[in-house]
Amino acid sequence: MAFIHYSHGVDMPAPTFPPELICDVRADGLYLSARGEWTWRTAMAAERLIDEAWLGHQDHKFIYVDLSDVSAFDTTGAWLIARLRSLYEARAAQVHIHSADEAQTLLLAQIHYHPLKPNTPQGDEPMFDMLVDVGETIVGAGQDFYTTLAFFGELTTVVVGLWRRHKWRMTSIVYHVESFAWRGLPVIALINFLVGCIVAQQGIFQLQRFGAATFAVDLIGILVLRELAVLLTSIMVAGRTGSAITAEIGSMKMREEVDALRVMGFNPMEVLVLPRLIALIISLPLLTFVSDMSALLGGLVVSWVYGDLSPEIFLSRLQNAIALNTFLVGLIKAPVMALAIGLIAVTQGLAVGGSAESLGRQVTGSVVKSIFMVIVIDGLFAMFFASIRY
Amino acid sequence: MSTLISSPPALSIRGLSVGFGDHLVLENLDLDVRRGEVIGFVGGSGTGKSVLMRSILGLTPKRAGTIEVFGRNLDRIDARERQQIERNWGVLFQHGALFSGLNVMQNIQVMMREHAHMSPRLRDELAMCKIELVGLPPDAAYKYPAELSGGMIKRAALARALALDPALLFLDEPTAGLDPIGASEFDHLVATLQKTLGLTVFMVTHDLDSLYAICDRIAALAERRVVLVGSVDDMKSSTHPWVYSYFHGKRARQIITPASPA
Repeated sequence: MAFIHYSHGVDMPAPTFPPELICDVRADGLYLSARGEWTWRTAMAAERLIDEAWLGHQDHKFIYVDLSDVSAFDTTGAWLIARLRSLYEARAAQVHIHSADEAQTLLLAQIHYHPLKPNTPQGDEPMFDMLVDVGETIVGAGQDFYTTLAFFGELTTVVVGLWRRHKWRMTSIVYHVESFAWRGLPVIALINFLVGCIVAQQGIFQLQRFGAATFAVDLIGILVLRELAVLLTSIMVAGRTGSAITAEIGSMKMREEVDALRVMGFNPMEVLVLPRLIALIISLPLLTFVSDMSALLGGLVVSWVYGDLSPEIFLSRLQNAIALNTFLVGLIKAPVMALAIGLIAVTQGLAVGGSAESLGRQVTGSVVKSIFMVIVIDGLFAMFFASIRY
Repeated sequence: MSTLISSPPALSIRGLSVGFGDHLVLENLDLDVRRGEVIGFVGGSGTGKSVLMRSILGLTPKRAGTIEVFGRNLDRIDARERQQIERNWGVLFQHGALFSGLNVMQNIQVMMREHAHMSPRLRDELAMCKIELVGLPPDAAYKYPAELSGGMIKRAALARALALDPALLFLDEPTAGLDPIGASEFDHLVATLQKTLGLTVFMVTHDLDSLYAICDRIAALAERRVVLVGSVDDMKSSTHPWVYSYFHGKRARQIITPASPA
């Protein structure tokens, strides 16, 4: 039977017999007799033996290889023997292999040695590679912008179409609002509460030196309502919800679920994308409102405990410091932020390819790009509101 | 032959029970797989063929029973011995389970890099050798799993399973999803590899052609245990209702005449 001579580590794990190759130069040629184990376990030693045999005895015309004393033999051993054979045969030498049994013969017959062609060489010119990288990145950024814009266009046509047909997927939207807003509420409220506390503490501490500690209330009110609450909330949502959307849509893309929807006559844009975007546009202002309140509460608590400012005084100062527009400035930004986060998350998700690695890359890209966009948009809004004096 | 008889079977299962919740999938199952044989596993959908394979591999916990691989009880071995056994079995999962972030060459080299000490040149050459052995074109080496067809994925996964010349090869429905030509090529490939590498092959399959073409023995799984182990002829003469209908069904009858085993 073919397998009797074939021995494996599980059968005899401890003493592996190191491979040996005895070279015997005789009048009629080179006699090589192999002994010991010729398997992947002894690959390093076996390869060295083969290389030495070749380098030491290149000029023979007749080579006889005897494998009958080999205790274990596998593809690795066969490959090395085949390598030796092909080296000699390239010099028109004749190689005769005497193998121990049918299995070795079969294995050697299956394996055809040929040197490995090096795969597309890369990285010879570091300068060139760097330029290629820079070029690719710039083109990639341009393409990103283009796809997002094209996507936005496609989305608009879908919205217009839906407007006529009244097929808003309410269940889906409500479900997503729950998971985006309601489930994210505790952590976002807590973070804003803490930031409110910190701003209040620093404000009071720094302004005390001018005897203007009570102005900390103005600082808290304006800073939190105009900028901080909406910015922090957007960043949290980009990290928490944007990444989830990308991962969800990406893995659906990976398993051809998106294609399945398309062939069933659904528009993925309408079924997958729009409900999430609408839910996000609803959720972010809601979350921003909660953030405003909890940050102000944090400010109030710290002013009371740390700054000896009673809640009544805090509230009356706050009323003088802010107006409705202060509050609205923050809130107006929220839906725009939500749209940016949603668009980036969805386009990144739909760009996922076939591998788990590309999913990871797109999720990271989604979070980084949406946080970047959130800050850019905030900056643009600041300029806009300043120029209209709102 | 004496060495063969004295050495323990490749795989020996006694009283295996596996269940999920209230539902027992396998109950008191016994099975021996001899060294160097190709054993085919048949059974209706949901009878626990894959569960059996997964519990042998230790992926699904068992409720009772012992599993011995090459005479080692898997419950009584330490981590080092377990690793030794794991290096000595290769598994072809039903959907290939190739690592999607690595190309075919890297997939094959995963085990070599981890366990074997060899030069990068030899490692690359050996990976290429396996790629050719399973019948993939050389340029498939640098492709990623997402760029391969179903049949190529199976072949690449087989090459990965064979990376360190395992003694025991598990195949979970290797020909499912392949076209008949591809499937029969795959059968032929497994048979050749089995002969040259002296493999013991544990094959879960629904493919009657594979059963007739390459299996030394067939085990039928029904009623939560192995109801019959034997050759194709044993299967055909069985009176067990499920085995009878499986081997005397319309599809089986069409195959038996032209391709009865030599």
